[in-house]
Amino acid sequence: MSTLVFFVAAIGAITGAIGVIALKNPYYSVLALVGHMISLAALFLLLRAEFLAASQVIIYAGAVIVLYVFVVSYVGDSAPALGQEPSRLAALGAFACGAALVVELLIAVLGSGLQAISHDGAPYHAGFGTPGAIGTLLLTRFLAPFEIASYLLLVAAIGAVTLARRRRGLDDGVEERTPVLELGDVFRTRPAATGTMAEAGGSRGVSEP
Amino acid sequence: MSIGWYLAVSAIVFAIGAGGVLVRRNPIVILLCLELMLNAANLALIGFSRMWGNGDGQVFALVVIVVAACEVTVGLGLIVALHRRRLPIDVDELRELQG
Repeated sequence: MSTLVFFVAAIGAITGAIGVIALKNPYYSVLALVGHMISLAALFLLLRAEFLAASQVIIYAGAVIVLYVFVVSYVGDSAPALGQEPSRLAALGAFACGAALVVELLIAVLGSGLQAISHDGAPYHAGFGTPGAIGTLLLTRFLAPFEIASYLLLVAAIGAVTLARRRRGLDDGVEERTPVLELGDVFRTRPAATGTMAEAGGSRGVSEP
Repeated sequence: MSIGWYLAVSAIVFAIGAGGVLVRRNPIVILLCLELMLNAANLALIGFSRMWGNGDGQVFALVVIVVAACEVTVGLGLIVALHRRRLPIDVDELRELQG
């Protein structure tokens, strides 16, 4: 039974991956990635990584894919510019590189002579891969990576907001100041509508306070 | 199934992702191909974690998921910024960093 599930999931994962790179419409590529990730979650379950299978489905197939779908819908207007095919030579070269990489990786992994990779793995003990086990590891042995990962998420969120916000600037009459801070700035009132959403979206239509 | 089968699937998916990065020109699809490669690495990590009966590889895979989420956020933010500035969404056209 597990063999059957493995082959179905593996074929699903590989088909989804091929779909991502072969489909012309980026929207369909994103949908192929969803199929790939759900198949991969099944493989994770076969490897007894329950928590990771769940987080794969929730984080990737849920949150990240929603982000992709929104961006593809938003940028979709410029799709005609993407219509040009890669030249046949480039496609052939990329295929050759990919095939060479598969061969090399398979030789490196399966030809490594490791005894353990031809077995089913270590004997299963209850609790392996459950949220409890992962949480214990995260909060004891891997506390520093856990904290650093949370800072990384914070920095990425701020970076994304800074990159993608609208920079229409302020309309005439509202002077943009060079960002040099003096002591007097603490007591000065800021120009109208700076530091608000109106600055990001343009201050037209904002009534002066 | 022995662990070797999982590693073989991981190698194939990784190579597909690498080929996609080489052949596609839409930065969104290139980000999707990066996801494929990170997923392949996750599969290998979890396979090795199962091989040794040790949870460390799973924690590593979780950190990889977090890093991938950050990378997607910043990458898609860049694409949205490009779109706002009416620049072509094509990595061949964007090879010069002149702002």
